[in-house]
Amino acid sequence: MTSLPKPDARGSKSLGLVIDLDTCVGCQACVVACKEWNTGGIAGPLSDADAYGQAPLGAWLNRVHAFEAGEGADGRTVHFPKSCLHCEDAACVTVCPTGASYKRAADGIVLVDEDKCIGCGLCAWACPYGARELDPVGGTMKKCTLCVDRIYNEHLPEAERVPACVATCPTSARHFGDLADPDSDVSRLVAARGGFDLMEEMGYRPTNKYLPPRRQTGHIDHGPADALEPAPEGGFLGWLDRVLSG
Amino acid sequence: MSAPVSDSVVTSTCYMCACRCGIKVHLKDGGIRFIEGNRDHPTNRGVLCAKGAAGIMHYHSPARLTKPLRRVGPRGSGEFREIEWDEALATAAEWLGAIRRDDPRKLAFFTGRDQSQALTSWWAQQFGTPNYAAHGGFCSVNMAAAGLYTLGGAFWEFGEPDWERTRYFLLFGVAEDHDSNPIKIGLSRLKARGAKVVSINPVRTGYSAIADEWIGITPGRDGLFVMALIHELLVAGKVDADYLLRYTNAPWLVVEAPGEAGDGLFARDEAGEPLVWDRTAGQAVAAGGPGLRPALKGRVKLPDGRGVVPAFQLLAERCLDARYAPAAVAEACGVPASRIRRIAAELARAAFEEEVVVEQPWVDWKGERHERMIGRPVAMHAMRGISAHSNGFHTCRAIHLLQLLLGSVDVPGGWRYKPPFPRPAPPPDKPGGKDDEVGPEQPMPRIALGFPDRPEDLLVDADGRPTRIDKAFSWEAPLAVHGMLHTVIANAWRGDPYPIDTLFLYMANMAWNSAMNTGGTAEMLSERDPETGDYRIPRIIYSDAFYSETVAYADLVLPDTTYLERWDCISLLDRPIGKAEGAGDAIRQPVAPPDRDVRPFQDVLLDLGARLGLPGMTKPDGAPAYPGGYPDYMVNHERKPGVGPLAGWRGKDGSSHGRGDANPEQLERYRANGCFWFHEMPAEAQYFKHANRAYLDWAVEMGLRDNATPVIHQLYSEVLQRFRLAGLGFGETLPPEAERGRIAAYCDPLPMWYPPFEEEASGQAAFPLHAVTQRPMAMYHSWGSQNAWLRQIHGHNPLFLSRALGEELGLADGDWVRIASRHGEVRAPVKLMEGVNRHTVWTWNAVAKRAGAWNLDERAPEATRAFLLNHLIDDLLPPGAGGYRYAAADPVTGQAAWYDLRVRIEKTAAPETAGPPQPAAKIATDASLPERPDDIAYRPSPQPGDRRRRAIKGEGAP
Repeated sequence: MTSLPKPDARGSKSLGLVIDLDTCVGCQACVVACKEWNTGGIAGPLSDADAYGQAPLGAWLNRVHAFEAGEGADGRTVHFPKSCLHCEDAACVTVCPTGASYKRAADGIVLVDEDKCIGCGLCAWACPYGARELDPVGGTMKKCTLCVDRIYNEHLPEAERVPACVATCPTSARHFGDLADPDSDVSRLVAARGGFDLMEEMGYRPTNKYLPPRRQTGHIDHGPADALEPAPEGGFLGWLDRVLSG
Repeated sequence: MSAPVSDSVVTSTCYMCACRCGIKVHLKDGGIRFIEGNRDHPTNRGVLCAKGAAGIMHYHSPARLTKPLRRVGPRGSGEFREIEWDEALATAAEWLGAIRRDDPRKLAFFTGRDQSQALTSWWAQQFGTPNYAAHGGFCSVNMAAAGLYTLGGAFWEFGEPDWERTRYFLLFGVAEDHDSNPIKIGLSRLKARGAKVVSINPVRTGYSAIADEWIGITPGRDGLFVMALIHELLVAGKVDADYLLRYTNAPWLVVEAPGEAGDGLFARDEAGEPLVWDRTAGQAVAAGGPGLRPALKGRVKLPDGRGVVPAFQLLAERCLDARYAPAAVAEACGVPASRIRRIAAELARAAFEEEVVVEQPWVDWKGERHERMIGRPVAMHAMRGISAHSNGFHTCRAIHLLQLLLGSVDVPGGWRYKPPFPRPAPPPDKPGGKDDEVGPEQPMPRIALGFPDRPEDLLVDADGRPTRIDKAFSWEAPLAVHGMLHTVIANAWRGDPYPIDTLFLYMANMAWNSAMNTGGTAEMLSERDPETGDYRIPRIIYSDAFYSETVAYADLVLPDTTYLERWDCISLLDRPIGKAEGAGDAIRQPVAPPDRDVRPFQDVLLDLGARLGLPGMTKPDGAPAYPGGYPDYMVNHERKPGVGPLAGWRGKDGSSHGRGDANPEQLERYRANGCFWFHEMPAEAQYFKHANRAYLDWAVEMGLRDNATPVIHQLYSEVLQRFRLAGLGFGETLPPEAERGRIAAYCDPLPMWYPPFEEEASGQAAFPLHAVTQRPMAMYHSWGSQNAWLRQIHGHNPLFLSRALGEELGLADGDWVRIASRHGEVRAPVKLMEGVNRHTVWTWNAVAKRAGAWNLDERAPEATRAFLLNHLIDDLLPPGAGGYRYAAADPVTGQAAWYDLRVRIEKTAAPETAGPPQPAAKIATDASLPERPDDIAYRPSPQPGDRRRRAIKGEGAP
């Protein structure tokens, strides 16, 4: 079994994502950008078995699920992007029999050393979030790398050193940063918007946070409006006279 | 962790849908490493959607055609022989040349989701056939026509909401794959700013899911809903009278003379200027003069005795009618009256109590200076759910009237034009192709598509019969300003109004997902005349990059490239990509050369033009005018002096923008700027463009307009009244007797609502449910489900229905149902959900494939489980009096009314026992396609050991 970094060896950073369920429209842009970046990147290829056939099955590091919550007028449709949450207590690491899965001390990113991965799948069973996928062709485990080959890449302009899913998101529903730093933009966002841990009760202490949908009651500056009153004194045509009388 | 991303980065423009986002393509080891959004680009500002990111799989698709093909088996068999380009082009030139020498009408040239319409329309004009259009008649011509005839602009790419200032946003019937990145970016801005987003849509997907309020309206009732909002606003006096007086024709005097020739037209002075009633002088004077106090109500008599009334009063009387009261429309709309009244109240509050101000002086077209720009922060956007109904034109007109009554067109916080709009309402270009404009070896004086403003502009013969093959601009569809792609095949097959010789299609999958009556269309393409043994449509030439369902029906196939392998131009002469703040255009450049024997269609078209000796494409000595192909044309073609396909860096030294001489370095300048050009207008020009002196002058200077006359919004449409009068028997050019009632009824100068035609055609009891499609955001028409990555997201499509309806019918998730319309039936698995109108079923669009097409495995779920709703949609209405069958279309614009569909559903067995989802025989997979891989493990270039990747080492952090 594999060890997590010892607390005294753990660096100060916890890099991760903040995902805004209030603005995610389920467009799948992040899903495909992730696939595209990573199949050609350090975790690639991400293969697609039976790509043009009966049952295509590919390895993806990020997926968006759509579901409905509530019924009738109270119901809403939620688009829920899901990738590795880079847990502090990462069960996928401690369950790994070969040391292939590991959590980086410096920044908390959970990665797979594919030279050591035997594709046994224990990590996928252990992950409470279902965030790991076995590459159907390569036979090793794939997971979100937080685009570690982008975020530190000195060949990229500073502004582009973010995960591909964050860079591409058309509704700005994905944010990247250091969640261990209470003054970081992402930490402030989590504080301001009531960001939460996914299945907090399970105790894996995920780094990624989700922002809940905002209250759908309408305009922030509006109180409730029921209906317009008919124009007094002569109704509409009377109103017209008055408005034009100036 | 810090390896170079790529060896080089090439900018271009995406073509995975119609948004035309800027892209950066990273190349490594000779392959495509990564495609990302260009952060500098005005359209997408660095973001890219799922389709754009899947461009790699588009480029590598095994469905790509590889060689020109001549059909050897029967039509539809998919049996071809490969030919060389010389033979292909010589064959096409021979066929087309013979037509041009005889009767150019016998060529019907229709392009699909063509982004080079400035070229294709000009080519058709030079060839001399009026039988040209792109796909707009199928798509959203109702929206375009209603907007252009009312505002001189329209939703989508003709304009945009003021995302940074609006406080209340209404989104009607949006198709979620269209203009998708700008809308997504905009919605997130609205959400961040706390503006209210209201989505009116029978289905709660994507954008509706994040709306603050979702109104699950019953399909085809949006017009009723909007008319009820207007009713409420009028009753309460919540109307921007100042805006109406300044910028619209609300005060223009309409002649009231029922039963006489001039009834319903504007009263005009001797110079032809419309009159208003000046309340100070107590007399009628020319509109627009200084110091007037025009009346908006009151019936008065002119000195010549004619009774007149301001247009606004007629509008008010129409909308104040009790049939448009919220309580009267609530049941039909599926929206409670209290909710309609509340939305009206919220609109009024946002518009009139939360006005936004931009501290920017400006001068209007009359010379009056305004110290600030004051806006009504209500914006709207509408799309397919409005337009693909037979009442869509009037519904879209109603939406524009709502905007105008609130004073929210091109104001801070409102909906804004994008240059080159606004144009005059309607634009001055008339359709080309009247009888005396078409003849052997003769170009037409104008482009085929234009904007009729009176019956004399129609393309009909002396008996009033259509003279275009698609019957556009006829009495059946007088304002068919985008043509009627959806009628071409059936009309050509029927020989109505006349037989043609060659059907020339580009990028239009007309044998499958781009047809109504899909099965019938395929039969028409392959049916022979029993007397002669010839095909009823004698020749079909088709250009496409892929082995789509339509290829199998072509006699000659001209294989196109993908968007990553060619030059292209996104021109202001076609569809704009700029912003409300400035004009923009863009190019594509080849990112990689084609690896097979294919040619860009635009090059092929210019080559054919030169072979045919078409004017403009041939030099006086007969040599090709553009020997360098499309990029040569992009730089050197001039549509009028100084105005060409690309507006940026014109002039010999590249210092001119808009107008200027051709610049031989122009493409280099585009490439150096990320393959796009954007030119911001002065700050004082950025709002009130319809009436803003600085804007109008800027637009003339840029070559976007010929003159600086203002655009007066046409609340009341005199154009429609002219057609109506013809329907009532007045005027020189009259419809055939049988058409008169229809013209008089639907060419109404004011917006109205009537039930979609299909409801009477189908019968409420027999087919009680509405059926519509929604666009998956990760797909674009038939391109998505052949893409190795995107087909994993949507590989088949259930029929979605409300849980309440499912329970009533005893249906559970996964059960199969038979979906029947008056036209046909298909089968599908069901999925129950909350977020759908109770009377509506829906599915994802264009997922299904015909077995054998697109080089997919014939057992792929796209062929065995997915279904096309198109099979259920008749292209014609049932026979009316006299037996004639009209197109299932809007009676004003000819827009295909495929959202009118009515169905019933009943439980059935799964396909294993009940048969395939839809009747469609397998077609042969063309042997010349690339080999179809079983598995993909994509890298920019194959690397040894890819099956066992090297480790990611732990010490990656710097």
